[in-house]
Amino acid sequence: MKLTEDQVRWVAHLARLDLSTPEITALTPQLAAIVDYVDQLAQLDTQGIEPLAHALPVHNVFRDDEPTPSLTVAEALANAPRKLGDCYAVPAVMD
Amino acid sequence: MNLTQLPASALVSLLRRGEVSSRLLTQACLDACQSLDSKIGAFLHLDAEAVLTAADAIDARRARGEPLGLLAGLPVAIKDNLCQKGVPTTCASKMLANFRPPYTAHVVERVAAEDGVPFGKTNLDEFAMGSSTENSAFQKTRNPWDLERIPGGSSGGSAAAVAGCLTPLSLGSDTGGSIRQPASLCGIVGLKPSYGRVSRYGLVAFASSLDQVGPFAHDVAGAALLLQTIAGHDRRDSTSVNQPVPDYMASLETPLAGLRVGVAREFFGPGLDSEVEQAVRNSLEVYRSLGATIVDVTLPTSPHAIATYYLVATAEASSNLARYDGVHYGHRTAEKTNLINLYCKSRGEGFGAEVKRRIMLGTYALSSGYIDAYYTKALKARRLILNDFNRIFASCDVLAGPTAPTAAFKLGEKASDPLSMYLSDIYTISCNLAGISGLSIPCGFTASGLPIGLQLQGPAMAEETVLRAARMHEKATAWHTHRPTLS
Repeated sequence: MKLTEDQVRWVAHLARLDLSTPEITALTPQLAAIVDYVDQLAQLDTQGIEPLAHALPVHNVFRDDEPTPSLTVAEALANAPRKLGDCYAVPAVMD
Repeated sequence: MNLTQLPASALVSLLRRGEVSSRLLTQACLDACQSLDSKIGAFLHLDAEAVLTAADAIDARRARGEPLGLLAGLPVAIKDNLCQKGVPTTCASKMLANFRPPYTAHVVERVAAEDGVPFGKTNLDEFAMGSSTENSAFQKTRNPWDLERIPGGSSGGSAAAVAGCLTPLSLGSDTGGSIRQPASLCGIVGLKPSYGRVSRYGLVAFASSLDQVGPFAHDVAGAALLLQTIAGHDRRDSTSVNQPVPDYMASLETPLAGLRVGVAREFFGPGLDSEVEQAVRNSLEVYRSLGATIVDVTLPTSPHAIATYYLVATAEASSNLARYDGVHYGHRTAEKTNLINLYCKSRGEGFGAEVKRRIMLGTYALSSGYIDAYYTKALKARRLILNDFNRIFASCDVLAGPTAPTAAFKLGEKASDPLSMYLSDIYTISCNLAGISGLSIPCGFTASGLPIGLQLQGPAMAEETVLRAARMHEKATAWHTHRPTLS
């Protein structure tokens, strides 16, 4: 099944990526070719195989809950594109 | 020979004996950058005053008779996806063009703690996504062996900086071959440590189950020295393995008795350039002449490795890069809009084409209705790939083969065909999926004078074996002594 421009638009929405019409037009055949290529995995027999998300047998790693110094508010906000006092500024989400 | 052309191991001896000061060496590297980097384009950021200040501080400690750390004043260039407090860290992305991290990566702290001089920030494919460094939002980096060609990627700036003799050492990161492939294409040594061997604290995340930081150097001793510097446990990275770090330097010159070198027949299939194949086969003869046994092995899942990798890596990337929202740091659209559109516009404006492509592929692979067929299927294939390696490392100590299917290609050659660019990672990506160790060493040149790399892979945490096996080859050949002619 070939990937369509509508599917690409939907995925861009899921990814919160604003793509222009020319970008959608260019991306669709590129992604379709890549998806075609990765479709080869369907031929691989993985019956009874556990998924492997991580090469190390590491699970949750805990440390003691000890307070340690962290970034100051000023340091944490230093790279914020917009701030308001000690907060990150965003457009209003409610009227 | 010019000071900047010496390998790190020779320079450390000169520094320790006081025959060369860190300032003299650092200035020589700055001079080399001044005259050559306008052609190579390895560096995105280099603060001459700051690096000389760091060098002077080390020299002052030497003058006071204080013991010096492992690096004894050597400059080490840093890939620009590693954070250095207050220093631009852009990931070669417009998204982070003005980002100055509030903290320093573990590996950069380790370099400084062992008296290395963090020597500028090097170019990369945007967010380390690419195999040619052409995906940088800021500049192209050129291969010092042929300025019309790419240096490989994504750590192309770090590789070109060492190959072009602008710095004796550099750090890169490797998610699917981003250290080994550029090392191969630039004729130097590059090592991807096992997953968990080196802390990723302060490495800007691309694909968290695959990313590792590792060294570039002219020779194996230099790579061992820098690995020694950065390896070890760090509680700030929960995937960092708490195991003792062997003394890589101490054992390096001791050949491995009874070495078994595995050769996978899948590595010599279609797509492999004949000159690369010949050089690799010559290297196998080198091992045979040193008394090693060549063992024929198979990696039956390897034909599926690229598909597996590009699903796992992009899925993880789409999740990791969700943090760039135009709110906390990074690019924010100037457009006045609502919150959702602020995210979409800021990301659409800040990311380049390849990053968008990978976020899209990863989002698709994780989306409802497709996750089982793509992401989960890839994770199952990943286990089969790991099983392949576990099986072959019962019969061999290292696996030898080409690092890349061809020598360096020309700028622009693969830029319009993302899939063909992905296929150039064929020999390197399985190593990341399995979390094992791998390195590339120079093993010859094409007729037109382009370097060829030999990849050696070993089991997880077997860096010592891989380095010693690499050193055996290096000692019997002279490929690592060649330097490009640049004027």
